[in-house]
Amino acid sequence: MKAIEISGISKNYGQVAALREISLDVDSGEIFGLIGPDGAGKTTLFRIMTTLMLADAGSGKICGMDIVSDYSRIRKIIGYMPGRFSLYQDLSVRENLEYFATLFGTTVEKNYGTIREIYSQIEPFRDRKAGKLSGGMKQKLALCCALVHKPSVLFLDEPTTGVDAVSRSEFWKMLERIRKSGVTVFVSTPYMDEASLCDRLAMIRGGEIIGTGTPEQIISAYPYRLLSVEGDRIYPLLKRLRETEGVISCFSFGASLHLAYDPEKTEASGILAAIRESGLGDCKVREISPGIEDCFMQLARK
Amino acid sequence: MKEFWASVKKEFLHIFRDRRTILIVMIMPVIQIILFGFAVSTEVNNARVAVCGDMSDPQIRRAVERMDENRYIEITEMISVPGEIDGLFRRNEADAAVCFSRDFGSRIPDGRASVRIIGDGSDPNTARMITSYISGVLQDAAADMEISISGERQASMTPVVQLMYNPAMKSSYNFVPGVMGLILMLICSMMTAVSIVREKETGTLELLLVSPVRPLWVILSKLIPYLLLSAFNFTTILLLAHYVMEVPVNGSLALLSLAAALFVIASLAIGLLVSVISSSQRTAMLICGMGLTMPTMIFSGIIFPCESMPLVLQWFSDIIPAKWFIILVKKIMIQGDGFGPVMKEMGILAGMAALLLAASIKSFRTRLQ
Repeated sequence: MKAIEISGISKNYGQVAALREISLDVDSGEIFGLIGPDGAGKTTLFRIMTTLMLADAGSGKICGMDIVSDYSRIRKIIGYMPGRFSLYQDLSVRENLEYFATLFGTTVEKNYGTIREIYSQIEPFRDRKAGKLSGGMKQKLALCCALVHKPSVLFLDEPTTGVDAVSRSEFWKMLERIRKSGVTVFVSTPYMDEASLCDRLAMIRGGEIIGTGTPEQIISAYPYRLLSVEGDRIYPLLKRLRETEGVISCFSFGASLHLAYDPEKTEASGILAAIRESGLGDCKVREISPGIEDCFMQLARK
Repeated sequence: MKEFWASVKKEFLHIFRDRRTILIVMIMPVIQIILFGFAVSTEVNNARVAVCGDMSDPQIRRAVERMDENRYIEITEMISVPGEIDGLFRRNEADAAVCFSRDFGSRIPDGRASVRIIGDGSDPNTARMITSYISGVLQDAAADMEISISGERQASMTPVVQLMYNPAMKSSYNFVPGVMGLILMLICSMMTAVSIVREKETGTLELLLVSPVRPLWVILSKLIPYLLLSAFNFTTILLLAHYVMEVPVNGSLALLSLAAALFVIASLAIGLLVSVISSSQRTAMLICGMGLTMPTMIFSGIIFPCESMPLVLQWFSDIIPAKWFIILVKKIMIQGDGFGPVMKEMGILAGMAALLLAASIKSFRTRLQ
């Protein structure tokens, strides 16, 4: 049985279409990533899947249960961690955890095994108010609260937004361990570099899924070839490259430019020649293999 | 059930850990009662009166002595010409003046003696009260003078005003029920609305809704703590009113508590309704402040008597639960009515409570909007 199956989900806020005919399925026991920029509709999709909101069209099932008619049964088996830190700031770590355990009809002691690894890191601060925790610790507490009842499917809406790089990689290691214990993880993120850590992913933009598959599938489906260009005068370079024959797209990518070209129309040497011709020749050019972000940029152009 | 009690406990923790909430819930009722009791008193106390007249006239002296004996009036000035009154009022050295006519004593037998009472019209409410008080005292004095002059009491009609249930005309009899209504309304509606909207704002409501707990339990666990708090407040106000303001509790305490319980339920339900329509704590506060506290103040009779309002406003006042609660408190507490005479008001309040509660539970969503 699929852990999540949704088809044709649409949602409008007034005139604005937040989601357009979204269809996805997630196998049980995998980490499924939903990658997309802010405002792509990720949170809306989460709310529809976690039965918090009704879709205007389409249907969905979580572990075989309908997201509209079976909402009360679904609420028993899912864990949800909203994008914003949403615990009681004036309650202590322990009080928050115990309250959420009780809400789901269990106790911290009974499911201590599920959360031990994460909880042990914040246990020294058990009597501290949740509002006084650091960002990373808040995130761990929220994860504990979402896991304390051993959910079958865990929904994490942008769990790593606003968290430092070290805590982020630590967090993904935790997700890997959670997955090993048999929990399906549905996670959204605006960070493309986290995409390769998912078993499968879907890319969302403007309320539409623009690509889905394993990270390898998505990368191998990239139709063009890619050059990395580094130079001193990055902006005129970018402008010049975009006008060059055979160049599909060119974006700045940190300190360098990523340039996609159609191998049928031109070659790397041709592009290099074009740069030299315009007097911007003192730059490093090398062929690179595409990353998820390159794929996203390419898919988003359509 | 365990989920429910955990939620109630959590709600109490929120209340006791927030200093502002404690202030509103515990301190405000006491301050309001004391404020209304002493500061917003509409009684006349120590009215400073200036007298203008010939003090060698025994009749005038007798009348002045009579006024001075009265514990609400204090003779502070003796002036020789009425022209000085203006100055006294301007310097705020007197609240009213009494001017006896020339040859007052000798004119009494032929009924041409006159006395003028001059009040400070810049404060009409107080002026009206003080002047009518003085004229009452002078009327008594005049009756005595007649007897002393003609030896017998001439047939004349003197109306005697007596206020049943409140012979001393204490304003506390009026504001205690009003403040009671105001505070219960405020605690129940505003605090409930704010506490639910706060969870909306912080996003914890999302987590509550995603949990398997039934929405009805979520609602009830929000209401119970405020129900208990208002019971505490009700007791505080009653004790203060009785022992500090000396307002009697003539009727049955059980009946009074029943009325309060109905009113509290109606107010909690209103709070819930407000929380459904408002998206921020500020909106909830504003709606409660403008939409609930103001009408309660206006229609409770603390400031304006309901009966003298335009008809349309009177109809409007009928749909405000606080009005009926205040009527009930006045009837039960001060008049000492039993169940029979208050059945109508009790029925209306019960109906309102049931209707509002049903509407609010129905409108509480199991999902986000």
